[in-house]
Amino acid sequence: MIAELTTNERQTALVILLALAVTGLAMAIAGQGDPFGVHGALVMVVAIAGVFTVISGYYAPEPSDSRLDSYYDTPTKFGIVVAMIWAVIAMFVGDWVAWLLAYPNLTFDAAWSSFGRLRPVHTSGVIFGFGGNALIATSFYVMQRTSRARLPDQLSPWFVLLGYNLFCIVAATGYLMGVTQSKEYAEPEWYADIWLVIVWVAYFVLYLRTLARRKEPHIYVANWYYLAFILVVAMLHIVNNLAVPISWGSAKSYSLFSGVQDAMTEWWYGHNAVAFFLTSGFLGMLYYYMPKRAGRPIYSYRMSIISFWGITFFYMWAGSHHLHYTALPQWVQSLGMTFSVMLLIPSWVSAGNALMTLNGAWNKVRDDAVLRFMMVAAVFYGLTTFEGSFMAIRPVNSLSHYTDWTVGHVHAGALGWVAMITFGAIYASVPWLWKRETMYSPRLVEVHFWLALAGTVIYVFAMWNSGIIQGLMWRTYNESGTLAYSFVDSLVAMHPYYIARAVGGVFFLLGTAIGLYNIWMTIRTAPRAASELAADRPVLAGAPALQAGE
Amino acid sequence: MALDHDILVWFSKSFGLFYLLALSLIVLVYAYWPANRKPFERAANAILHDDDDKPYRG
Ligand code: HEM
Ligand code: HEM
Repeated sequence: MIAELTTNERQTALVILLALAVTGLAMAIAGQGDPFGVHGALVMVVAIAGVFTVISGYYAPEPSDSRLDSYYDTPTKFGIVVAMIWAVIAMFVGDWVAWLLAYPNLTFDAAWSSFGRLRPVHTSGVIFGFGGNALIATSFYVMQRTSRARLPDQLSPWFVLLGYNLFCIVAATGYLMGVTQSKEYAEPEWYADIWLVIVWVAYFVLYLRTLARRKEPHIYVANWYYLAFILVVAMLHIVNNLAVPISWGSAKSYSLFSGVQDAMTEWWYGHNAVAFFLTSGFLGMLYYYMPKRAGRPIYSYRMSIISFWGITFFYMWAGSHHLHYTALPQWVQSLGMTFSVMLLIPSWVSAGNALMTLNGAWNKVRDDAVLRFMMVAAVFYGLTTFEGSFMAIRPVNSLSHYTDWTVGHVHAGALGWVAMITFGAIYASVPWLWKRETMYSPRLVEVHFWLALAGTVIYVFAMWNSGIIQGLMWRTYNESGTLAYSFVDSLVAMHPYYIARAVGGVFFLLGTAIGLYNIWMTIRTAPRAASELAADRPVLAGAPALQAGE
Repeated sequence: MALDHDILVWFSKSFGLFYLLALSLIVLVYAYWPANRKPFERAANAILHDDDDKPYRG
């Protein structure tokens, strides 16, 4: 990896890492006795390890000019593997949390293993660790291909990827120590947030610099979706995390907003995180990998543009549907509800566009599990957005809010859409990236597909059932006009569904682990062509007959 | 607050309405502009035909 950097880049990397080490040291000193100090030490150790890595490769010969004849894919390869590792860890924690809900005693009386600390490790781990790394990795891949331009330099993609993962690690370890600013999906505290801003701006600039070098006159639509993801997430992240730390040596901060303004800012952020993190970027993935894998252009390019602007402009206004029946003014709620219902149109146009692209290639969908991952993703995307628009209607929300129906909706989107399209994109790109003919085992891809689908269906049905039962139990009155069921009654009714969900989660997790194994083995095994070539040549004494992969 | 509820509602019902209408119109015109047909089709097909998988060097 260091050998791929020019001498200039190696020097810049050293400067950045030294600055980071000094910052970490300052944090560690200022934050003694506070988790802030622990994070400072962590940052310092990571930065110093980085310094040693760069130094160890510092005198390697510079990469030759011929590197410019190929795309720069090492960061993409790294990002894909890291995304899968995050997936396994974060889904393991997700399933742990699921078992905790069924058997609350499983916390073992430790603070770090309590539900409230593990849950954000799951949500951040899957959304940012798994989803974010997959988005960054595939975006590097797609922007280069669709622009027919190599990344402008070798250092900035590494800065983005490694810096982003440092943020994820600081976030997850912080939760376990009890560091949180109590905003869902924006739990990390101020210092982690500032670091993410720096990384994210670098990401945005890198994307624009690559596009500026493009050979294609028109910017392919997948890039629009990726760019919207990057730009809007920057905006959301900065505004929602405006906060004042209580001191320079403490992890704790207070939000700049208060009361209902704070709630509205948070859900403006939260819903657009769904829109631009969990939807827009993954639609970018879909619009590149699905046509490519199916060997057919997108059904309607125009529709992809129209739904892009529809999604971009409608989603912005929908966040208040998370705050129905609260202190938020009624008209703001109605505004959110209206835009949420309108959102169904561009959402279904996108899902329909994807499915129509496959129309005529159904035989491929039947035979190719990778394409099937993508097809199922499009179907679940359609389902989830329909469900979301429905749940946003105020009277419906009065039933669904606070119940497991919301959790069911979340995971129909998260497992059925986000994870499925990601697996599809990853399985498609791994053989392309490592120059293999196929995955190590197409059978295992098939196994993964069915495990993932079964897991998703079990999870979602369990939560739909439990959510609606819960909602109905909470609003059933007896003749004397009091509630017919106590809260504990509803908990008892949930128990079997929680077990079912956790079992569904085991399926899904197992599939993911198999996926990671399959990817690893694909990387490890020698490319078919090379091994055949090797077999064709006389074996030199002492030399291994087969070249090890990488 | 100077910006009270009535003003906001008036603003969203007037400016907001026309802004979104105008925006939709611009998007539709752009998507269906006859001269754009070619580049769109080219772009949609180009991703399928990059078999050499190499960047352009100029
Ligand atoms: C093995 C697979 C998974 C399992 C077993 C699992 C389990 C869980 C559990 C038990 C919760 C807490 C629910 C509650 O508080 O009642 C949860 C929340 C959540 N999970 Fe997962 N999860 C999995 C995969 C994923 C994936 C892949 C994503 C995203 C891409 C995801 C995103 C979320 C989100 C956003 C929440 C918060 C939901 C809310 O606040 O309404 N999960 N998950
Ligand atoms: C047209 C599109 C969509 C609409 C209108 C929509 C609407 C909604 C509504 C009304 C809620 C419940 C709010 C509440 O009662 O608290 C919700 C929750 C949620 N939705 Fe969607 N949804 C859409 C698509 C999606 C997609 C594609 C995902 C992707 C994974 C997703 C992820 C989530 C998450 C994570 C939550 C839980 C937020 C929380 O309470 O922590 N949504 N959505």
